[in-house]
Amino acid sequence: MSQPLLPLSIQWAVHLLTLLLLPPLIPGLINKVKAVMAGRNGPPVFQLYYDLGKLAHKRAVFSRTTTWVFLAGPIGTVAAGLVAGLLVPFGHTGTPLSFEGDVILFAYLFGLARFLTVLSALDTGSSFEGMGAAREVAFSALAEPALFLGFAALAKASSSLSLSTMLLGSGLGSGRIAGPLILVLVGWAIVFLAENARIPVDDPNTHLELTMIHEVMVLDHSGRPLALVLYGASLKLLVLGAMLMDPLLPRAPQAWQNWLIFYGGLGVLAVAVGLVESMSARFRMTKVPQFLIAGILASAFAFLLLLV
Amino acid sequence: MSPDFLIALTILSNFVLVATSRVNKAIQVAVIQGVLLGLIPLAMGLGRHPHILFMVAATITVKGWFIPFLLRRAIQEVHIHREVDPYVGYTVSLMLCALGTGLSLILAHMLPLKGGTKVILLVPAALSTLFTGFLMLVSRRKALTQVVGYLILENGIFLFGLLLVEDMPMLVETGILLDLFVGVFVMGIVINHIRTAFDSTDTRHLAELKD
Amino acid sequence: MNLYLLAVVLVMSSGFPGIFLRRWGGEVSAVLMSLGAVIGLTAAIRVLAGGPVATLALPPAPLASAGLLTLDPIAAFFALPVFLLLACAAIYGIGYWDNHQENARTLRLALGLLAASLAFLIVSTHALPFLLGWEGMAITAFILVMTEDRLPETRRAGWIYLVCTHTGTLALFGVFAILFAASGHWTFSGLPQGFAASGRGTALFVLCLFGFGFKAGVMPLHFWLPPAHAAAPSHISSVMSGVMIKMGILGLVRLLSWIPDPPFWWGAVLMALGALSGILGVAFALGQHDLKRLLAYHSIENIGIILLGLGLGTLGKSTGHPVIQVLGFAGALLHVLNHSLFKGLLFLGAGSVVHTVGTRDLERMGGLGRRMPWTSAAFLAGSWAICGLPPLNGFVSEWFIYLGSFRALGFFRWPWSLVVLTSLALIGALAMACFAKAYGTVFQGSPRTEAAGAAHESPRSMLVPMGILAGACATIGLAPMLVAPALDRVVAAMGEGTQVQPLSRLAHLPSLSLLALALLGSAYLLWRWLRPLDSRRSLPTWDCGYAAANPRMQYTASSFADGLVGGLRWVLWPRAHGGKVTGCFPVDQPFESHVPDLVLDRLADPAFRSLATGATLLRFFQGGKVHIYLLYVLLTLLTLLLWMVA
Repeated sequence: MSQPLLPLSIQWAVHLLTLLLLPPLIPGLINKVKAVMAGRNGPPVFQLYYDLGKLAHKRAVFSRTTTWVFLAGPIGTVAAGLVAGLLVPFGHTGTPLSFEGDVILFAYLFGLARFLTVLSALDTGSSFEGMGAAREVAFSALAEPALFLGFAALAKASSSLSLSTMLLGSGLGSGRIAGPLILVLVGWAIVFLAENARIPVDDPNTHLELTMIHEVMVLDHSGRPLALVLYGASLKLLVLGAMLMDPLLPRAPQAWQNWLIFYGGLGVLAVAVGLVESMSARFRMTKVPQFLIAGILASAFAFLLLLV
Repeated sequence: MSPDFLIALTILSNFVLVATSRVNKAIQVAVIQGVLLGLIPLAMGLGRHPHILFMVAATITVKGWFIPFLLRRAIQEVHIHREVDPYVGYTVSLMLCALGTGLSLILAHMLPLKGGTKVILLVPAALSTLFTGFLMLVSRRKALTQVVGYLILENGIFLFGLLLVEDMPMLVETGILLDLFVGVFVMGIVINHIRTAFDSTDTRHLAELKD
Repeated sequence: MNLYLLAVVLVMSSGFPGIFLRRWGGEVSAVLMSLGAVIGLTAAIRVLAGGPVATLALPPAPLASAGLLTLDPIAAFFALPVFLLLACAAIYGIGYWDNHQENARTLRLALGLLAASLAFLIVSTHALPFLLGWEGMAITAFILVMTEDRLPETRRAGWIYLVCTHTGTLALFGVFAILFAASGHWTFSGLPQGFAASGRGTALFVLCLFGFGFKAGVMPLHFWLPPAHAAAPSHISSVMSGVMIKMGILGLVRLLSWIPDPPFWWGAVLMALGALSGILGVAFALGQHDLKRLLAYHSIENIGIILLGLGLGTLGKSTGHPVIQVLGFAGALLHVLNHSLFKGLLFLGAGSVVHTVGTRDLERMGGLGRRMPWTSAAFLAGSWAICGLPPLNGFVSEWFIYLGSFRALGFFRWPWSLVVLTSLALIGALAMACFAKAYGTVFQGSPRTEAAGAAHESPRSMLVPMGILAGACATIGLAPMLVAPALDRVVAAMGEGTQVQPLSRLAHLPSLSLLALALLGSAYLLWRWLRPLDSRRSLPTWDCGYAAANPRMQYTASSFADGLVGGLRWVLWPRAHGGKVTGCFPVDQPFESHVPDLVLDRLADPAFRSLATGATLLRFFQGGKVHIYLLYVLLTLLTLLLWMVA
């Protein structure tokens, strides 16, 4: 264990600030990469911050059909994302809160966010939102086992039940774990793409309602709720990205070095996602379940490899 | 008076019952059997328990007066006084009853009883009364004689219960009295319905209910 | 113990005054039932909080055998949902099934007797009172299911229920016979070491699984559950789903408390059955468009989760890992309590909806959230809890089971704990899909029919019990430390002799509460941030410029679930009729789809039908003459006597 040079309270403060302020940067980075790959200049990297600021001043318009549940979706996404962010380590810098079994809470917080988003989509009474919600629940039924199988494999490898130890456990550097670890990360990468509505599962920039999954669920939001929706999506990118990157980050002796490594790792992840989105097309809707099952199989194989 | 004497009288009354064709006579025999059965516990020397005295009184009242009273009222309503043309003739049924009694004696001899039981004649009497009751149920056509057969069947079970009367008096009493009441009520309803449905209490007509 | 018996007497008599009263029958029965519930809960909590175990030996004479009633921690724990849910059902019944409905007096009477049978059954530690309570429960529940007996589907549901419950009771007679042969007396007590591995022990386990599994609704013995729970009045369904099926679990818990050394395969079988019930239960629920059938299948799914926990705990007990034993059993037991709370809540909510709209069909509802705000909030709380989402109570019990299975990953050679993990994850995701469908179709969007549009909120007597149950869910979810000591005591009672650690050391519950509060706090702050700018509420939903959008264009329940039902069609075998559109100018086509119960439709019904056909061959014995039948009885008696002496 590296000796933290900064006292614990400063660690936590940096963690919280990162959690609150960093997320909108990531979609900006991804969009920049996509634009560069397409030969354009693209929007500035800080565009989402400007968008959120603009939306915060706008009035919201609500449909006649909606009730208070309509607002529960955006609120739930952000609240769940924030609490989940308290549980996941940002690189080798320690977590504000970690206890045995927090990995389950982590996964179920995202489940909560999904549930509330689906309900707020159904609240509008529109067939588009209903369609997106139906697809979302169908695909998440396949993504959950992949996530949990990955957790099981890491729990077995690190003999621990806490998210921070699982992702950063010292035993993960040894050769025996490398193979299963790669498989787990592949499975989790598939889950990451599915949960964050990235190509090849879902196109975040499409304007055809018939082809949307996540985009269509939030079609009716405006003003501050829309700001929360966009912020929540970027928060999910940050937290799930941290979960995905943590096993790969090397440990540095100093705390500030670990923070830099983490930010660098996030940047690499954003660039990778941008590249994947630029270089592949979105799957046909019927291929998405097969893609997700491939994720399940990867995680399952990782676990089986750890058994032998 | 020794209990064996009363029990022998019971077995004899079975023969009388099976041979008669008059309904009134059958009811009288049932009354006599009921009183005999009520007196057996006293003869067995169990009169010192107060709840057994109560049981004796209840048995004699119900079997000796109440149920025959109901049956005689039923006779007045339906005007049946004779059982004609039973399935099994009177001579044959007498022989079957004798055969049944003999069989009961053999069976009772082979079924071991708990050591220390004084009145071992109870078991063959119970079995033979049981068979007599069954015989009447199977062979008689008129519903009223079938009810009497059912009562004799219950008497047989009562005799069995007397073996246990010291240990579980409540059980024997409750079971038997309840059974009797249920039986009489059911038979009353059945007789009434047969009469209103078919204008007759000949149970042959019940066969029309088969689907 | 006297306090508890007083409670039993009070609840038993709750239905009697209503027979004579013309107007206040419902109120009187609710008062008596609630009074009995408060007293019973006090007695139970006193035992759970560390009080002495109370016993009462029944006198031998009337029942011809000694009886024993014991209020031990297991009984006290199961008494909690019994009393709470029955009181809520009685209060609900004031407004829901008043004297204007058919058979109201019979219903109240039978409900009181059911409550008494359940309370009596829980404390029985002797075969005879146990079976008496069991039969009383079965028969009173049958009367309750058949409340609306003028409907043919209700009669069919009641008939299937009666047959199944008595088949299960038959197996229980076998169970107690084996117990008597093994221990020499009828009282429940620990069995010697090594018994479980013997042939008799195996027979005991199989019979217990069959008998108690039939009552609990374990697949494939579940097929009586959906028709019965759908046909009964909703507050009766809530009692049946919330409490009655848990009596099967009580039987299994008692079995596990008698065996000090269960073999490995017992836990494996329990886990396999749990996974099967859980996944298939929720899969079938996805295909239903009858709201109460959907909830009934979810009960089957939750029984699966409870069995997963019990199996995990048994595996821990048999391999000597007390940590896994504690976590598995604690999770299963807490889920028993949690499920009764949120399933009761969901059924009461469904009852409100069905009462107003007049149908159970999901496709005829919609937009009820605006017209019935309180019912909608209660149903949302119930859905939230049943999906196992934080911060409500469903998450806590599933968390214990997850913790146990994660810890077991390192121990067992065979990855059984992986089965638990994956099943729970899959069940959670599918349950979320199903309840999004249920809540979304019923309460959200616009009304699909006029009846739904004319809906009104339920009276307060129906809302108060829902509020009580929702409050209980929230309390356990936000402060699980309150129930941890009670769970410790019950788990200790289940594992006589093993060193069990307290739950608070194994699972860090305060962190859970802290994070739950953080979640609620941040949600509240965000809500406040959304409020200030005034918003306009007079526009219709965005419909891509299509001017004539109507409520019939909303996503229906079947279409919502279609993706998953289609993916699972190899196990659900859905049936669809019509819908073939042909030609260039097609006309209106009817379309209908449903998912029938697999075991009932393809196994039980054809089996019984062929049995009936075969039985008609035996008709010739039925001459119609009473004398012939009596002759059969006589011949049988003679044969038995001769066989006995030979």
